Amino acid sequence: MKLVLTGNEAAAFGAKLARAQVISAYPITPQTVSVEKLAEFVANGELDAEFVEVESEHSALSVCVGAAAAGARAFTATSSQGLALMSEILYIAAGLRLPIVMANVNRSLSAPISIWCDQQDSISVRDCGWIQLYCENNQEILDSIIQAYKIGESVHLPVMVCYDGYILSHTAEVVDVPDQSSVDEFLPPYQPPYKLDPENPVTMGPVGVPEYYQEFRYALHEAVREAKEKVIEVDRDFERRFGRGYGLIENYRCDDAEVVVITMGSLSGTVKEVIDKRRERGDKVGMIKVRCYRPFPHREILGSLESAEGIAVMEKDISLGATGALYADVTTAIQNSDRRPLVMDFICGLGGRDVKLDHVEETIETIKKCVARRKIETPVKWLGLRKEVL
Amino acid sequence: MKGAEKITLGAVITKPGSTVEYETGGWRTLKPVVDAEKCVGCGLCWLYCPDGAIKKGKPIEIDYRYCKGCGICSTECPRKAIRMEMEETK
Amino acid sequence: MKELLEIEEELLAPGHRACPGCGEALAIRIALKALGRNVIVVQATGCGEVVSTPYPQTAWRVPYIHVAFENAAAVASGIECALKKLGKKDVKVVAFAGDGGTADIGLQALSGAVERGHDFIYICTDNEAYMNTGIQRSGTTPFLAWTTTTPAGKVGRGKRQWKKDVPAIIAAHRAPYVATASVGYPLDLYQKIKKAKYIKGPCYIHIQCPCPPGWRFDSSKTIQVARKAVESGCWVLYEIEHGQMRVTFKPSKRIPVSEYLKLQGRFRHLTQEEIQKFQELVDQEWKRLGLE
Repeated sequence: MKLVLTGNEAAAFGAKLARAQVISAYPITPQTVSVEKLAEFVANGELDAEFVEVESEHSALSVCVGAAAAGARAFTATSSQGLALMSEILYIAAGLRLPIVMANVNRSLSAPISIWCDQQDSISVRDCGWIQLYCENNQEILDSIIQAYKIGESVHLPVMVCYDGYILSHTAEVVDVPDQSSVDEFLPPYQPPYKLDPENPVTMGPVGVPEYYQEFRYALHEAVREAKEKVIEVDRDFERRFGRGYGLIENYRCDDAEVVVITMGSLSGTVKEVIDKRRERGDKVGMIKVRCYRPFPHREILGSLESAEGIAVMEKDISLGATGALYADVTTAIQNSDRRPLVMDFICGLGGRDVKLDHVEETIETIKKCVARRKIETPVKWLGLRKEVL
Repeated sequence: MKGAEKITLGAVITKPGSTVEYETGGWRTLKPVVDAEKCVGCGLCWLYCPDGAIKKGKPIEIDYRYCKGCGICSTECPRKAIRMEMEETK
Repeated sequence: MKELLEIEEELLAPGHRACPGCGEALAIRIALKALGRNVIVVQATGCGEVVSTPYPQTAWRVPYIHVAFENAAAVASGIECALKKLGKKDVKVVAFAGDGGTADIGLQALSGAVERGHDFIYICTDNEAYMNTGIQRSGTTPFLAWTTTTPAGKVGRGKRQWKKDVPAIIAAHRAPYVATASVGYPLDLYQKIKKAKYIKGPCYIHIQCPCPPGWRFDSSKTIQVARKAVESGCWVLYEIEHGQMRVTFKPSKRIPVSEYLKLQGRFRHLTQEEIQKFQELVDQEWKRLGLE
């Protein structure tokens, strides 16, 4: 059934169709409508779930941990400061191997406080052991949340579905909402390998003494890495059933591209427009949209860079004092191959700063000049910077 | 490094009460000794033992594998039937 | 008492690494006798959790989870919700946390869980300082007590503030059942926890647990110290059911607080004047509670 939904509404429909059983969240702009919608579904009897109006994000995720540990399907949503506040528990949820699903509405971090979009919040916690998926549009949000439970429950890892604040969360698009029975066939009820139950008493969250801790971390790291296979498998299954698939990355016209733009999230849509326009003129350009950011798809990205001589990473985050995070991951992949394309990092869109088609054009032009000169202008460049106020 | 069993998913421990494999009795410097004649089997020492290292009965029995020698049982015994003695040096 | 003495099953196994004479370990052991097997335990980071779950061993013979320091009540809320959804009707969720994980860092989550009215029991095992990290002061550390962050010397005289009254805070939330207890009065403790087991809604039980290394007394004196706390009126045993307070053990005549304080090295530095001040504050507290 096709509905016109904002990104937040799409997320709520996703959690509803996935039959989330315990929903716990704390309001924060621009996530609010997603949980309000879920509260409505519960109040109307459309979703049979326990809705917990917690007193902080830290407790929101803690409630999900308790619920998942006891064998229920748990869901939460947050943004920015809320994600930062619950960050302690993010690491714990991953360490406990609980398949919680979270919608994170990408919003910039304080200080100064900003409610507008960038991806600093979720990228800042990329090390925590959660699978991270970044959505390009509202359809992908709904689909990814349903897929997230299937992935997480198979590999025993929590999954964060990220989407841009305001740009997606508050913008309405046509979304194909699958019917409940089809989703039920795709996503059976949660069957945890262990759960808190007096019939079979287990202890969860013990002290990880030095004789074992490193091995637990290794096992977790391997689990996240190997989850790539499951992300692909679940996506293929979803595509077979629902006609829509997203993969780990999207290779958009990269096969003979000399210049490739790499990006995540809604920005992909903007970049695609420029790629298409340039291709009409015979310009050999392409785009890689990174959908699955953790685990990072090194191999898959290299596979789409066969012909690339110049790469522009466009990202809405900055590892302060270093470079953008996506750039660091991409250059790691390249370093461990025998290819040596030139790579530049373009920081853009912070705090909701609009990333225009012109910016994308500027990026591609810059890279082309670098390729011609055989050297980069500078590793990191900021787009749309208001130099007059600095 | 000790312990060569395969690690579990998320460090879950599936053997309830497995601390029994660690005999805290090795911690003692003082050990409780029961005077069987005086003990009336009231069970108060059993109740107050933080380690559950006492077996009820008349007389009670100290489980020396786990007894840490804290001396609570000796202090609380209403019949003064438990005295604390120096643990023998090994 | 007979009933309690007959509960043979040890749901907290020996071999845990608690200090000899640990008040908290005893409190948990007795609490589990009242609770039985049909529970799910959440424990906050602290002495209890650290000594009872050194991977790959666990002392717990009931389902158990430890998550973090400040969120035992939130995790308990999540488990309670899951049990509702999964149709598990007679399993009780019980959160154990120390004074740090309750009165200080854990207060927000506890307040939220009680305000939302979750059906669970929250048990605070209060050893009156952050013992696991080496005896630092918490909100429930008593007035003038030495701790490593409130040491006693020429300028500093130990903790400067009175003990934070967490039971009163929870009672103000209108929780259906709030009680104080002591390991020195195990039957009273047992009865209160049993009561809580059968009450629907958030129940709060605050157990004073003397700590030999932290309070500085010989490990054999844990129960003696616990009793003197109650006999001197420094720790009052009561329960509040639907707003009505009832003292469950009232010493016929309170012994002087000095009898309690002198047993513990953490009060060794107190001058006569300071002991007198302490006495006055306890007297005032008793008047305020309408106990005499």
